[in-house]
Amino acid sequence: MDLTGLLITLIGIIAFAVLAPVLGCFLAGIDRIVSARMQGRVGPPLLQPYYDVRKLFEKEGVTVNGVQDAYVICALIFAVIAGGIFFSGGNLLLCIFVITLSSLFFIIAAYSSRSPYAEVGAARETLQVMSYEPMVLLFAVAFFMATQTLMAPDPTMSFFVAPGSFDVGAVFSLDVPVIVCIWPVFLGLMFILTIKLRKSPFDLSMSHHAHQEIVRGMTTEMSGSTLGMVEILHWCENVLFLGWIGIFFVWGGPWTILIGIVAALVAYFVEILIDNNFARVKWQFMLKSAWAVALVAGGINLAVLAFL
Amino acid sequence: MAYAGKSPWVIHYDGSSCNGCDIEVLATLCPGFDGERFGVINTGNPKHADIFLVTGSVNEQNIDVVRQIYDQMIEPKVVVACGICACSGGIFHDCYNVIGGVDQAIPVDVYAPGCAVRPETLIDAIVAGVAVLDEKAEKLKAEKKGRA
Ligand code: SF4
Repeated sequence: MDLTGLLITLIGIIAFAVLAPVLGCFLAGIDRIVSARMQGRVGPPLLQPYYDVRKLFEKEGVTVNGVQDAYVICALIFAVIAGGIFFSGGNLLLCIFVITLSSLFFIIAAYSSRSPYAEVGAARETLQVMSYEPMVLLFAVAFFMATQTLMAPDPTMSFFVAPGSFDVGAVFSLDVPVIVCIWPVFLGLMFILTIKLRKSPFDLSMSHHAHQEIVRGMTTEMSGSTLGMVEILHWCENVLFLGWIGIFFVWGGPWTILIGIVAALVAYFVEILIDNNFARVKWQFMLKSAWAVALVAGGINLAVLAFL
Repeated sequence: MAYAGKSPWVIHYDGSSCNGCDIEVLATLCPGFDGERFGVINTGNPKHADIFLVTGSVNEQNIDVVRQIYDQMIEPKVVVACGICACSGGIFHDCYNVIGGVDQAIPVDVYAPGCAVRPETLIDAIVAGVAVLDEKAEKLKAEKKGRA
């Protein structure tokens, strides 16, 4: 990476660190209001997630051990870096690896408490990572091949010199959005998005709904400011994952970003709808279905792109 | 300004109630009354909760459990005794195993009488509890500042 590239990424990270929590907070507020309306309730004020987090930071500082906070902070930092890489048009693969690292830190944070409930949550989160990761990686590969297909329609070009790219920014040099040739991957990604956004039926490791939770899953031993940071982490992740959805619909001009945003919001609404209509499933079903979707949607899509 | 009162998360524990009050507590938290309008969320984890709703009296068996939950909650915290059993022992006050109201085990901030306690009373009690919560949060803040 050259120096300007590095600088752009740095600016992206700083911008993401400032904007993502704000956006994510509003998204969470909208989520709660929409959920409430779906259940025939009025729901909390839009800024309720903000009040919650402010309250959590006001709480007395109690922690089971010193390292848990450090792990959660690391998870937050890496999530912000991943978001910065993505939204500054950086390398998609790198973004995926960094956000996975963030998930791993969060899992270690839960394990570090040695509480049986938190450990159940952490073990389940590990299963969730196992479930969604194949599809996420296939998404990156498909993105590369899609840019390759759309950039170099010239069949005389050999496979190795075709200018495919993992760079998110590459979509701006395309004539059509990548979704036209990787829509099965998009559907697969939508499927695992439910896991990534921690929505029912795949909120196995920690649920926002107390009635379907064993104590509180991964966050059982986290309280006060630690829990507040987990909330902020969740907001940042949501913004990043909706960005992944949006990028499918962006091409040529900068105005197409608007289409991406609309698509991401529609996807978010669909996720809320799913969240409110399904009860939690067993992990076996999650793992099998996520892998089946990855194999069918991702595998066939990649095969078609590679051989046609 | 303290934010504690804007997001009172509750935890519910059934001491030795006849379940009448429990059902009323759950009714209070159900969509009909929509406690989430005021930020009320039901949690299953004492470490996340701000308001402790206890139904039923304390007895030899559960007094340790009640204390344990209370100790696990993080300051600022408020205890609401729900139902006359939780306030004073109520109809069970002279049973051989009953020690008395919840205040025999932990400090209680708000007493919500009734047999069974009505959701309206409970909402009033939680609102009163929120005021106490805010007060405690302010105090904690001042203490923190004093130490710094
Ligand atoms: S106050 Fe009445 S309804 Fe409530 S637990 Fe006691 S006996 Fe049951």
